[in-house]
Amino acid sequence: MHNSSRRGFMGKAFGAVAGVGVVGSLVAMKKTWDPLPSVKAAGFTTLDMTIYPEGELITEKWRGKPIFVLKKTAAMIAKQTESQKARDVVVGDSHFMLAIGLCTHLGCIPSYNAAEESFLCACHGGMFNWAGEVTKVPPPRAFDIPPFKIEGTKLVLGEAGPEYTAMKDSGITL
Amino acid sequence: MAHFTKATSVKDWLNQRLAVEKVEKVMASEYWIPKNINFLWAMGMILAITFALLLVSGIFLLMYYQPDVKDAFYSVNYTIMRDVDFGWLWRNIHGVAASVVFLIIYIHMFTGIYYGSYKKGREMIWISGMLLFVTFSAEAFSGYMLPWGQMSYWAGMVITNIFSLGGLHFDGLVEWIRGDYVPAQAFLTRFFMLHILLLPLAILGLIGLHFAALRIPHVNNQDGEEIDFEAESKKYLAGDKVGSKVMRFGNDFLSKDLMVVGIYLVFFFYLVFFNYGFALDPVNFDPADGLKTPAHIYPEWYFLWSYEILRPFSVNIGLMAFGFAQVIFMLLPWLDRSPNAVPASRRGAFKFWYWLLLIDMIVLTAMGKLPPEGVFSTIGLVAALGFIILWIALPFITMNEKKV
Repeated sequence: MHNSSRRGFMGKAFGAVAGVGVVGSLVAMKKTWDPLPSVKAAGFTTLDMTIYPEGELITEKWRGKPIFVLKKTAAMIAKQTESQKARDVVVGDSHFMLAIGLCTHLGCIPSYNAAEESFLCACHGGMFNWAGEVTKVPPPRAFDIPPFKIEGTKLVLGEAGPEYTAMKDSGITL
Repeated sequence: MAHFTKATSVKDWLNQRLAVEKVEKVMASEYWIPKNINFLWAMGMILAITFALLLVSGIFLLMYYQPDVKDAFYSVNYTIMRDVDFGWLWRNIHGVAASVVFLIIYIHMFTGIYYGSYKKGREMIWISGMLLFVTFSAEAFSGYMLPWGQMSYWAGMVITNIFSLGGLHFDGLVEWIRGDYVPAQAFLTRFFMLHILLLPLAILGLIGLHFAALRIPHVNNQDGEEIDFEAESKKYLAGDKVGSKVMRFGNDFLSKDLMVVGIYLVFFFYLVFFNYGFALDPVNFDPADGLKTPAHIYPEWYFLWSYEILRPFSVNIGLMAFGFAQVIFMLLPWLDRSPNAVPASRRGAFKFWYWLLLIDMIVLTAMGKLPPEGVFSTIGLVAALGFIILWIALPFITMNEKKV
């Protein structure tokens, strides 16, 4: 009886030590898999917005992801609906469709058909219009908009300016 | 201390220290296998041999492979394929075996379903087998990343995105798995580690469990007959080898097993030497490019059926259907409510269920390979719904089955 309670105590003591060790190891393992500081630090890109031709899709790169920049034509600006205006990025007097060029379904890059002014994702057949809105499922939502900050005629990707914060707050982008 | 005597032979020396004779009996000469079986009972041995081929070819590939985003593609496609003497052989063996192993796994699985080998004490064999299927799938996926071609990159992108779980938006989890915003160096090195160490360790452990799960219920037979292994083995050892319903694993069953393995290996090396193209996707011979998606992304053939269950639905429903397809096979021993452990051909409605499931999965596989357009989309949707309906119907179909 005396012995067994002593063993019981030893078992509990070991359990406590092992428990601390397990929790500590799990924290270390989780942190080891986090993106490295160098990866996070390289997360900013500056774009000069004066160089883009109208109606042509240009793909830039930010955090390894493709960024779609489409300077809207006068015809596109004229026919914008309210929801499309809300996604509009205005730098100076130019209007842009700015988006992370990955399908919101599972992340393939949709291709742009300039004649039809629409995007088609080859992976699962999702479609988007020139303003970045979904026209055919499976994608669950319009293109995501990367965090941006307007500085004169330049755009800094990775930093959240007031225009971006407003879009995020109103739920236009995630 | 145990008492040791001067050894009379090498065997006696080993016997005193390792009980080799006893081990040989337990593992081979007195491990009893029913006689009433056919060539489908050799699939387990074929899988073991194929796993060995993967291990050996993998060891040789590992000596030249570079897990670095700049060098990985060239270390595989230039160094191993052109510079290293017989490097192509290891790669062809590894690629062909990775594909063929799934063909055999599916045959092994559907043999088990047909003969009811997941019932009456054999549930753990089924569960450990399904866990092996899951780890083999993870092993295949992680290995597919390593050549760092276009298909590697985009399969990595799409599959890791599944972990955001659609509408739940676990984007932080996806970035944590990748160690970056997109698949990059951290991603490649950790999947390299998973492929060559952690997952093979898990597979070896599970193979041990799978074999151990066989010991007590023993191997099933062609009629699902309940054999008294104790009595039948006594009969065999007493000399009535013809009258006994069982035979020794070694070397009686083993000789039959290896006969089938031999035929399989001829077929296997025919593929390795003359027809390996199916296992090496041409799109993956372009180096990974994060700014260009290939026109058609499709997984290897063995994942097509579950991919096609994901594809026709909107993202959240698709993910639920996909999740359903991944776990539902595991629950088979409990979804089948019938006490009959006999071949499907003698089980009434279950016979139709079995063949419908098999055909449905073949249709899903075919549709998964085709672009998601027009009539293929519709057939895919019907087959995906069919898969779900079949599994939901299973308990009701088997509940009223007559006792055979």
